[in-house]
Amino acid sequence: MTISAPDTIYRVETRTRTSTIAGLVGIVLILVLFAAPAFASRGLIQDLFFILTMLTLAQFWNLLAGYGGLVSVGQQAFVGIGAYALFAAVILWGLDPVPAILLGGVAALVLAVPFGFFAFRLQGAYFAIGTWVLAEVVRLIVAQWRAVGGGTGTSLPRTATENIIFTDQIAALFDVRASAARDILAYWLALVLAILTIGGIYWLLRSKRGLGLAAVRDNPQAARSVGVDAQRVKWFVFLTAALGTGLTGALIYMQKARISPDAAFSLNDWTAYVIFIVVIGGIGTIEGPIVGVLIFFLLQTLLAQYGAWYLMILGLIGIGVMLLAPRGLWGSFSDRTGIQLFPIRRRLMGGPLTIKTPSREE
Amino acid sequence: MSIISLDSVCKSFGALKVADAITFEVREGEALGIIGPNGAGKSTLFNLITGNIAADSGTVHFLGEDVTRQSAMQRCLNGIGRSFQIPQPFGKMTVFENLLVAGSFGQGKSERAVEQAAADILDRTGLIGRANTVADSLSLLERKRLELARALATAPRLLLLDEIAGGLTEGECSQLVGTIKDIHATGTTIIWIEHVLHALTSVVERLLVLDFGKVIAVGEPAGIMARPQVREIYLGIEV
Repeated sequence: MTISAPDTIYRVETRTRTSTIAGLVGIVLILVLFAAPAFASRGLIQDLFFILTMLTLAQFWNLLAGYGGLVSVGQQAFVGIGAYALFAAVILWGLDPVPAILLGGVAALVLAVPFGFFAFRLQGAYFAIGTWVLAEVVRLIVAQWRAVGGGTGTSLPRTATENIIFTDQIAALFDVRASAARDILAYWLALVLAILTIGGIYWLLRSKRGLGLAAVRDNPQAARSVGVDAQRVKWFVFLTAALGTGLTGALIYMQKARISPDAAFSLNDWTAYVIFIVVIGGIGTIEGPIVGVLIFFLLQTLLAQYGAWYLMILGLIGIGVMLLAPRGLWGSFSDRTGIQLFPIRRRLMGGPLTIKTPSREE
Repeated sequence: MSIISLDSVCKSFGALKVADAITFEVREGEALGIIGPNGAGKSTLFNLITGNIAADSGTVHFLGEDVTRQSAMQRCLNGIGRSFQIPQPFGKMTVFENLLVAGSFGQGKSERAVEQAAADILDRTGLIGRANTVADSLSLLERKRLELARALATAPRLLLLDEIAGGLTEGECSQLVGTIKDIHATGTTIIWIEHVLHALTSVVERLLVLDFGKVIAVGEPAGIMARPQVREIYLGIEV
């Protein structure tokens, strides 16, 4: 422990060559996706909408569980409440569905406050079960709400769906029918939401707040002892995930235009599949859910016709990945190759560290 | 002026009294050693000072302010830094990132503002070569060094060290003593729990002996070690 010259100059790097290339490819991909309605079929646009919304849900669940250590099995509560807020705003107050999506996000945020108040009293597996129970409670309460269809659900009125803003212009631009124009609008909104989500989460993880988040996940007691407000960090992550999940839920049901409590608060559709996506892709990485959602979509396309077998195969694949590649497919790939598309490591360079540049993460 | 003072601090775990009316104070810039047999309540005493556990009764004053009700986070921001007896690294983060968290949050500064200081601390504690290594893959010795380095990164005015010399070789131990002397020389107040007595007594000005949650004796090391009561309850073996 010799005292070396204090004037050794160090610097901190995050970016890697792969990440720079990935950034450029990402920009091209985003441009292509925005232009997709010009050349893609309506079916493909609907598939892409599904992929993008599931990806957004998975990113927020990954933020909660992979970065915040909060394994919630109750995120369907925020999908459902966001969707129902949109339906209520359109049916009861005559709002246009697009601004009503924002209201869905706000409703989820408001619900998250009492939800978190109760759930944060529990830790680990108890937290997971607690969130599930709370989500069921929310579903049962919403099912009593007669004005939006009670237990059987309802549809968006034709007058509302036929007059959504921008659809006329989109229909004229691509020379398609109004229903196809609505799909294109929903797709673009899903694309914007997914980009903002991934960009926002990446920005968060590279900020000081992201460091605090990782510290709380790794060791809450030690985090408090170095001045991190662990409780505030947890709340921040939980509220952010609720807002994003609520917005996505509202968007999904704007596109579906039909809602019921069982569908909107479905544990399978909005949490179990999302966990599957994150776990097989790689928890605790931004790339993981992207890989996971593509595999999930592929499996669904290939196997959905087999009903119960499809679910069993999903389960088996989930178990297989957990046993053979516990860090998920992207996690294993990244461990082996050192490739990271969204690097967040703060690597110290300079002084004695310039000699051996670590080419791969340990 | 006293930097930290405890007045009749009590703490029980069920029927077990782990802190029994503990009263003492430490002057700013002093180095105090704490000794006592296993289970005497030494680490509990640290937890009471840092706020990791709350006292049942009594008060803790830091820099003249009553901090008894403050959280561990708040006390860290006020200037109390600590190492844990069993290393508690942020396992999935690198060594350097461990220090970045401690520096930026513990001092309420930006990452940019603390990165150079964090690198310098790694240099001083012999961890610079491991800066970009994930903390989970460190050896025990390196983890102990990381405990010290991370506590230093919060720029504490009072530094609590919990058995950081245990299991070191002679050479490593004297290096560690050198580092701690340097830290002390910059004016940082130190309270150090240690079983390796010769390391402890080469740094501290006073010793405090703890047994069954009670303060048995406080004073200048040679005098303390000469007391028959201390020799009997603590040493048993000759130094």
